[in-house]
Amino acid sequence: MEIFETVFVRNSLVVAFAVVGLTIWISYFLADKLTKGRIHGSAIAIALGLLAAYFGGKATGGSTGVADLTLLGGIGLMGGGMMRDFAIVATAFGVKLSELKKAGLAGVVSIFAGVIVSFVVGAVVAVLYGYTDPVAVTTIGAGAVTYIVGPVTGSALGADSDIIALSVAAGLIKSILVMIGTPLVAKTIGLNNPQSAMVFGGLMGTTSGVAAGLAATDPKLVPYGAMTATFYTGVGCLLGPSILFMIVNAIL
Amino acid sequence: MIVYGVALLSACLILGMLLGEVLGVALGVEANVGGVGIAMLFLVLASNSDRFKALVDGASGTGIQFWSAMYIPIVVAMAARQNVVAAFEGGMLAVVAGVSAVIVSFALVPLIAKIGNSETPSEENQ
Repeated sequence: MEIFETVFVRNSLVVAFAVVGLTIWISYFLADKLTKGRIHGSAIAIALGLLAAYFGGKATGGSTGVADLTLLGGIGLMGGGMMRDFAIVATAFGVKLSELKKAGLAGVVSIFAGVIVSFVVGAVVAVLYGYTDPVAVTTIGAGAVTYIVGPVTGSALGADSDIIALSVAAGLIKSILVMIGTPLVAKTIGLNNPQSAMVFGGLMGTTSGVAAGLAATDPKLVPYGAMTATFYTGVGCLLGPSILFMIVNAIL
Repeated sequence: MIVYGVALLSACLILGMLLGEVLGVALGVEANVGGVGIAMLFLVLASNSDRFKALVDGASGTGIQFWSAMYIPIVVAMAARQNVVAAFEGGMLAVVAGVSAVIVSFALVPLIAKIGNSETPSEENQ
């Protein structure tokens, strides 16, 4: 057992490659046999990943899913921000400049609309649940923007740590739902061309959610959605503790 | 050389991240503003320009394509390291806030995509 652990820990990233490869193989097999290709293999793989993350988190009490298991530590590096961003940028290879220009304006509009709409929805839910403190309402609203905007806004406004934790949870729920829900609603919302993908990225904004959701829908759309999504968190951090807080403060 | 493509990709990411960081500081925001998006723009520009042909054609291009193809496996690993437990331990308020935000945002996609579409032909008319 000790030998096992030594080898696995010493080669953690390589272990991650093998485990993820196996997971994807199983997922594509299931997609093919069980759903006859109706559900994309990568959608199943992502769902399996989230499920594994849940059990990993339950088993270890850590905050990074299966990556907290000693034998699977490499998943943390492989799925971390650095590799994710590196691979996302690589998907832009082969993107046509003209497609980006076509959706340029709608893309910018979608980023601001997305931040504001998610914030308002989150803030309204907080009020419905009985919160009246402008700082708490703003922080929870910011959490519905993304799980990064929530804590950034909360700490800028001096919110309590339990409110900040709540805002992170709201953002995580959003991110997970975008991962799983996107392939299911793609047809209904017309998510089948670069332009709508850019609008989608700007509206959803959660980079992980958009990245996984589009991958499970149509990998060709990934670069377009990812491009706008990466501006979203910055815009959210900009608006949250400033204009949006002032508006909430004036209303409550 | 495959490594030329990988190096170009890396240079784009680092340059984009630096600019995103500078933009964040300039706006007084504790976040990287669009670093990845800016990096993607650099890569699009480089792959569409003649000057960088040697870095994106042939074997060099496969160095970039490899990482592009590794995207889905990396996303699966990313899913497997999310704090799913915390997401569900936030209670009903967090679930309702997160779910409502997603539903409303989904519904807005066709509307805002339409703005873009009606805007394109009018620009051509001018």
